[in-house]
Amino acid sequence: MGIIVGKETKAIVQGITGTQGSFHTKLMLEYGTKIVAGVTPGKGGQEVHGVPVYDTVKEALEHHEADASIIFVPARFAAEAALEAIENNLKTVVIITEHIPIKDSIYIMAKAKEKGTTIIGPNTPGIITPDECKLGIMPSHIFKPGIIGIASRSGTLTYEIASGLTRAGLGQSTCLGLGGDPVVGLNFIDVLKMFRKDEKTEAVVLIGEIGGNLEELAANYIKETSYPKPVVAFIAGKTAPPGKRMGHAGAIIMGRAGTAQSKIEAFQKAGVEVAEKPNDVAKILLDKLKR
Amino acid sequence: MKLFEYEAKNILSRYGIPIPRGGLATTPAQAEEVASKLKAPYVVKAQILVAGRGKAGGIIFAENPQEVREKAEKLLNSEIKGIKVRSVWIEEKIAIKKELYFGVTVDRFQKTYVAIASSAGGMDIEEIAEKMPEKLVKFPIDPLEGFRSYHANYMAKKLGYKEKQMLQLASIFTKLYKAAMDYDAELMEMNPLVETIDGQFIAADARLIIDDNALFRHTDYTARLAEEGELSPEEIRAREKGLAYVKLEGDIGIIGNGAGLVMATLDAVQLHGGKPANFLDVGGGAPADRIAEALNIVLSNPNVKVVFINILGGITRCDEVAKGILEARKRLGFTKPMVIRLVGTNEEEGRRILTEAGIHVLDSMEEAAKKAVEIVQKVKRED
Repeated sequence: MGIIVGKETKAIVQGITGTQGSFHTKLMLEYGTKIVAGVTPGKGGQEVHGVPVYDTVKEALEHHEADASIIFVPARFAAEAALEAIENNLKTVVIITEHIPIKDSIYIMAKAKEKGTTIIGPNTPGIITPDECKLGIMPSHIFKPGIIGIASRSGTLTYEIASGLTRAGLGQSTCLGLGGDPVVGLNFIDVLKMFRKDEKTEAVVLIGEIGGNLEELAANYIKETSYPKPVVAFIAGKTAPPGKRMGHAGAIIMGRAGTAQSKIEAFQKAGVEVAEKPNDVAKILLDKLKR
Repeated sequence: MKLFEYEAKNILSRYGIPIPRGGLATTPAQAEEVASKLKAPYVVKAQILVAGRGKAGGIIFAENPQEVREKAEKLLNSEIKGIKVRSVWIEEKIAIKKELYFGVTVDRFQKTYVAIASSAGGMDIEEIAEKMPEKLVKFPIDPLEGFRSYHANYMAKKLGYKEKQMLQLASIFTKLYKAAMDYDAELMEMNPLVETIDGQFIAADARLIIDDNALFRHTDYTARLAEEGELSPEEIRAREKGLAYVKLEGDIGIIGNGAGLVMATLDAVQLHGGKPANFLDVGGGAPADRIAEALNIVLSNPNVKVVFINILGGITRCDEVAKGILEARKRLGFTKPMVIRLVGTNEEEGRRILTEAGIHVLDSMEEAAKKAVEIVQKVKRED
């Protein structure tokens, strides 16, 4: 078991009949993830890669036991899907969908807080505990089981860094994408707290980018609680101009807030080494772990 | 998406928030006519979407309609912060006793909207936060409860108002909150919100940024996005094709998959002494024609001397990327040098397609960034 998912995790896929939903259901099944049911309103009774499809989450849960959901529903309808999952007491909800309005996300997060639901995303590649469970869209072959916990705001950059770690013989305990949106469920501090307690995790990699101040707050948390495990960070967007959205909805420098420089300085002040290049992360970790 | 001041003010007015009487003009004659129906003195304000317009000379006072015409002519022929002024808003100058601030924005960490008020309006809210944080009143809004009248009363009280004025101010706060929610605001603010010498409150300036992802709920504005120069023509074309493009100042064109990876690619180029000409993210699972379109957009910038393509294939397939590159080369017939880093899903096939076409493929991002910078330096020496 990783910090959130593991061999025991049983998941449903919301939006399973869509192109993305169906494609990734196949890949998740191949990886060994237990996908017990799918939900697409109006498509109840069908099957996708052998997984039975229901019209509502409630019906799916009447026939199958599940504790997690992964959502591939288009942005306009994704909030409804997330609220349905929360209302039906699924413990973990991974929202892959990009372009969900912030107002909808804020409402989802408030409902999730009320119910104690863990939300990953939106606009995330998902979460993987190598060789146990993948609830996401990441290319699985680059991950290997091990001792490094990764939390990231970016997809492909995570793959870049994770494959570097794997090549250097550093496997991962859990790797999860927080999501590229301004408002997301889990943040760096939440995940740092989980890695702190997780026996399998011996070091943590945080992959941040411009926009917001979640990195600064994480740096503060690391400093104030004398975080007991080595943390290495990488920040993308050192060359990003202010006021321009760099691909992700959340990646924007507003006025003086959200610059890469501010994040790098905050981490350095907290004693967190910040890698200059994605490739350096593995080197720094090997050094910190004395391997 | 940013709205113009006059658009934001019209919305405020519809929600019952007092604004100065005024009108929009696109010609000096029109400006004079608008002014003739208003009470002197006047303020002539350039309608542009960049902040800091006042300091850059975009706000001018005038005493009579003739002067309004002259000032409007001056503004309408000018560029402010590199942006051409296409329209001006003329309004009655108000007699200011005090300048306040009130706005609603998103608190990413708390995952809520937050209402912010200050008795030190008129300047940049970040500046207030930095220089006199004690003058800032912040109220996180419970998403399940909303911003209620008693929350607004509390904030108005904190700004030092009582009795009837407190209630008036609070009512403006709740109206702004309602407008911000109805319009899916990322930020909606009145700055300054003016207390006049006779004790009334008027929103002298207004700003509204609508969440781009919610524009499908605000279709009146989607068509306008293309016309008003917030995005360059290439940025608009890219958006239509599902690409995220941002033009920059340098000469190395950059294409990659995934926002974080592309940002890191820009950083790597800069680290090796190069200057990126753009940011372009093709997104996940890009088929060949999207790659070709990406090259087309990047090469439409004449400053580009070399193109650096950095693909880490997950759901994106390297063979599709390779086909897209060849297709673009055939269609556009360009001869500019390319540096390609291609790893991940179907890497061997992608590599074979490109190698057979005489294009060299690298597998380290680091090495590729270095190479792109070397090529630019060589091209510049030869020029």
